[in-house]
Amino acid sequence: MEQSRALPTEVDLSRPSAARVYDYFLGGAHNFEIDRQLAEQIAAMTPNLADTMRAGRSFLRRAVAELTRLGVDQYLDIGSGIPTVGNVHEVAQGINPEARIVYVDIDPVAVAHSRSILEGNTRTAVIQADVRDPEHIVAEARETGLIDFAKPVGVLLAGVVHFVPDDDDPDRLMAVLRDAVAPGSYLVISHSTYEDQPQEMLDAQKLSARTATEITLRSKAQVTGFFGEFELLEPGVVHMPLWRPDSPDDVDDHPERFGAFGGVGRKPVAG
Amino acid sequence: MALSAAEISTSGAQRYAARWTRAIARRAFVPMSSDEVETLLTRHVVRLAEALRADEFSAEPAREVGRALVDANLTDPGTLNWSLRALADHLVDDVVPGLDRPDLAARISESQAALAETFATALRDRTFAQQERISRSAWEARNEAEQALRDSEARFRAVFSGAAIGIGIADLSGHIIDVNQSFTAMLGYTRDEMLAINVADLFYAEDDPGMWQLYKELIEGRRDRVRLEKRYFRKDGSELWTDLAVSLIRHDDGRPRFTVAMVQDITERYALQQRLRFQALHDPLTGLPNRTLFFERLEAVLRDAAPDRRVGVCFLDLDGFKAINDTLGHDVGDKLLIVVARRLAEAVADTGSMVARMGGDEFVILVADVDEDGTAVEVAESALRAVADPVYIGAHQLAVSASVGIVDRLVSEGTATDLMKAADTTLYWAKAEGGRGRWARYDPDRAAREATSTALATALPSALGRDEFVVEYQPIVSFGTGEVRAVEALVRWQHPTLGLLAPDQFIGLAEETGLIVRLGQWVLERACVEAGKWHTEFPQARMTVSVNLSARQVSDPEIVDQVAGALEASGLPPDLLQLELTESAVMATGGEPVRALRKLANTGVRLAIDDFGTGYSNLAYLRQLPIHTLKLAGPFVDGMRSHDPAAVVAERIVDALVRLAHALGLSVTAESVETPEQVERLTALGCDSGQGRHFGTPAAPSAITELLRATG
Repeated sequence: MEQSRALPTEVDLSRPSAARVYDYFLGGAHNFEIDRQLAEQIAAMTPNLADTMRAGRSFLRRAVAELTRLGVDQYLDIGSGIPTVGNVHEVAQGINPEARIVYVDIDPVAVAHSRSILEGNTRTAVIQADVRDPEHIVAEARETGLIDFAKPVGVLLAGVVHFVPDDDDPDRLMAVLRDAVAPGSYLVISHSTYEDQPQEMLDAQKLSARTATEITLRSKAQVTGFFGEFELLEPGVVHMPLWRPDSPDDVDDHPERFGAFGGVGRKPVAG
Repeated sequence: MALSAAEISTSGAQRYAARWTRAIARRAFVPMSSDEVETLLTRHVVRLAEALRADEFSAEPAREVGRALVDANLTDPGTLNWSLRALADHLVDDVVPGLDRPDLAARISESQAALAETFATALRDRTFAQQERISRSAWEARNEAEQALRDSEARFRAVFSGAAIGIGIADLSGHIIDVNQSFTAMLGYTRDEMLAINVADLFYAEDDPGMWQLYKELIEGRRDRVRLEKRYFRKDGSELWTDLAVSLIRHDDGRPRFTVAMVQDITERYALQQRLRFQALHDPLTGLPNRTLFFERLEAVLRDAAPDRRVGVCFLDLDGFKAINDTLGHDVGDKLLIVVARRLAEAVADTGSMVARMGGDEFVILVADVDEDGTAVEVAESALRAVADPVYIGAHQLAVSASVGIVDRLVSEGTATDLMKAADTTLYWAKAEGGRGRWARYDPDRAAREATSTALATALPSALGRDEFVVEYQPIVSFGTGEVRAVEALVRWQHPTLGLLAPDQFIGLAEETGLIVRLGQWVLERACVEAGKWHTEFPQARMTVSVNLSARQVSDPEIVDQVAGALEASGLPPDLLQLELTESAVMATGGEPVRALRKLANTGVRLAIDDFGTGYSNLAYLRQLPIHTLKLAGPFVDGMRSHDPAAVVAERIVDALVRLAHALGLSVTAESVETPEQVERLTALGCDSGQGRHFGTPAAPSAITELLRATG
C-alpha cells in the first residue's frame, strides 16, 4: 500500500472514466469521446440511467442541505467525481458560508479538475485516494486542517461504495470510517441495487466493467448494514427520490426505477 | 396610436412556468429544488412576456433568457425545443391574454431567434470551457504522473549509477539490458562489452551444482529471489567472489519480466576465509593437515564408508627426536620435521592416503582403503623407509628412524577416538620393543589384557580399604609322617566384578605400585591371627604358618617391628611363623636386607627361600644367611612326572639340591606336588616335606581348623 501512494497513478485516457461518464449523464462537457461512447451504450440499454444519476445528485443535494441546516459544517465527500454544478461546497456554503469540504477521488483527472474549479476557495481541498484505503483518506483529510475529527463530520459516499467489490471488504472500510468520526457525525450513502430492477439494468451493470471499476449491486439490507450502529434518519434507507423530497410532487410514480437506495445515519452520542 | 395594453397575468405566468419546469426538470440536472426552478422560470416568463407587449420591442430579454437557461444548467436540447415552441404557442395566451399587435408574430419569431441564438452561443461557450478545463485537467494529471515518474526514474538512476554494489538487469533470455558502473568495474569489462554478454556466459562448470537450476526456477517464475555466494571470472581471468542476490521483476499480470542482480565484491573476505580455514586446518611449520583436519577426514571416512570397509591408521613417532632438539637446537629440529613431513607426504602420495602432523614429532597417516590385508603395513614400511634415509641439515648429517603403531579395522568397529587410542597404544608397543624403525600392529587381546591390568592397578588401593582380600591356606605335609606340619598363607582378591583373582593376577601390579608393602603387612597380620587361634585350640599340632614377604617388604626398615607386632598381637609363638623370601630379594644386595634377615631370625621366626632354583643364588653367600628352609621351585618337581630322559635329569637336579640343602643344614620343601609317584620319589630322595594339589589346594581357614580337629 505504501507503494501505491509513492508512485504516480497512470493516467490512461484511452479508457473511459466513471467520473467523466457521470458528468456526461449530468449534461456536462467534461468528457471525451471514449466516455461518451460508453455513456451512450449504457443509455441505449437503460434509458433510466441518466434519471438515476440526476436523482442521485438531487439526493445528495437534499441530504447536504439537510445536514447543514442541522449544524454540520465539515464534510468529507468520498468519490466526488467531476463536480459540474450543484457541488457539495456550493450547497453547504450556500447555507453556511463557513462550511468546509474535503473532496476525495481516485481518478487523477477528476482530482486535477476539482483543483482547478476550487482554486481560491480556501475552505475546500482535494485528495487523490482510494476508497478502499480509508485510513489513508482520514489521515490525509486531517492533514488538510479543514476537518476536525473531534467534531461532527458529514461523511458522504454518494454512488461510490458500489464500486467496491465484496473481495475488498466494504464492511471493513465502512467500519473504519464510522470509527474515525466523532459522535454526532453523519453518514450519507447512495448505492445501486438489484432489488426491484429490470434485467436491462442488471445488464448495464456489466458494461460498467469497462470503466476502471465494476459496479456491485447490493440489497437494501446490505446497504443498511453499512450504517452499522449509526441511527438512520427518517425515512431510513429508501429509493432515492423518497428521501425527504422537496415536495410531494417531486416524487416519481415509480421511485424504484432509479435503481439505487439512499440513506442518512447519525453516530450516536454516548449517554 | 394606442393599442389595448394587455396586462401580465401573474397566475398565468406561474402556470406557464410550472409547465416549463415539469417539461425540463426531467431533462437536466438542476441543482435546485423544483420550487426554486419554478420561481426562476417565472421571472423569465414575465420578462419574455414584458418584451412582447412593450411599446418598443427589444429582443434583449429573450437573449438573456437563452443565456440564463444555460447558466442554470438547463442545457438539454429538449429544453430549447419546449421553450421555443411554447413561446410561440402558449406564452401570449397564458401570460398576456388578449395581446394583439400587428407585429406580434414578428416579435415572437425574433424572441425565438434571440433565445435560440444566445442559448446556442452560451452552450457552445460552456462546452468549449468545459472541454478546455477537462483537457487541461487531464493534461495536468498526466503531467503530474509523468513528473512523478521522472522523479522516480531520476531517483532510481541516482541509486543505480551511484551504488557501490553492482547492479545488472537482464531479460528472460539472459540478454543484459543494463549494468551500473560498479558492476562493470568489478568484472573489468566496459558497459558495452557487458551488454553483449549473455547471463548464461557467467555460469561456469566450476559453479556449485544447482546454481543454474536456481536461476532457471527464477526466470520461470517459480521463485522470486535467490541469494548465494558466486564466483565470477574477471575479463583478465582472475577470480571475483561475490555475494549475489537476484530478484525477479514481474509484469502486472505476474508473468516474469526481468531479473535484477545485485552483487557485492567479497573476494577479499572470501580469500581471508579460505586462508583462515587453511590455517585452522594445517600445521604452520610443515604445511601438512593438522589433527583437526585429520579427525575431520577420519570421521568422514567412518561416517560415509560402508560398514564392511576397512580403515587404517599409522601413527608414527621419530625415535630420539628430543635428543636432536636438545643437542642441535630447535631450529635443526624444525628443519628435520619439515624434511620428514615432505618425505612422508611423497611416500604415501600414490596411495591416496593423507599424512597429518599431530604435534611435536608425531605424524599420522590415514589409509582410507585397506581392504587388502597388509596394506596398512606396506604404507607403514614405506613411511619408515622414507624416514630412514639420512637427512642433511646444514653441516649435520642426521640418521633418523621412527616407530609406527598400525591399526586397521572395519569402519564399523568403534569411533575415531577409539581408533586413535588404539594407534597410540600400538605406537607405545613398538617403542617398548626398542623402536628404531620398528612397527607394531594392534592386537585387541593384548590391549584388553593391558586394559584389565590397568584397571586392577587402579582399583587395588581402594580394594584393600574395602576389605576385598581374603587369605587361604595350603597344607605343607611331612613326607616322613604324612602329617600336616604347616600351611602357606596365600592372598586372594575377591573382586566385585571379576570374581576371585589368584595372586599372579595382581601381586605383580601391587609390587609395581608399591601397594605390596601394605598388602603384605595385612596378609602377615591376618595369617598370624589365624595361626594364633589354631595354636590356642590345638597346641600339640604345632602348626606353622608360612607367609610370603616381597623384596620391598624385606628392604622396609619397619619390617622387624611389623613382624614382632603381628606376633605379639596374635599370641603366635615366633617359631610357628615362617617367612618366605625369593632368591632375588635375598641375593640382590648385601647390606640392609641381610641385617634385617638376621634380626628377623633373632626373633625366633623361621626363614625360607621360595622358588629356589629359578633365580641366581650365590651358594657361598647362602651359607652365611640365617635360613631354615629351601622351597624347591615347581618346574623341578613338574619334571619328575614322566619317564623320559628329561625326567631323569630333573630327578638328578632335585637329588643334588636336596643334598646341597641338607649339607647347609636346611630342610627342603617341594612345591607343585601333584601325584603319588612324585611323593614316592621325593621321599626316596630325602626331601623333607611337600605341598601341592596332591596334598590339598589352598582352602579357607575353617577347612584347616576342620583338618586339625580331625587329626588332633
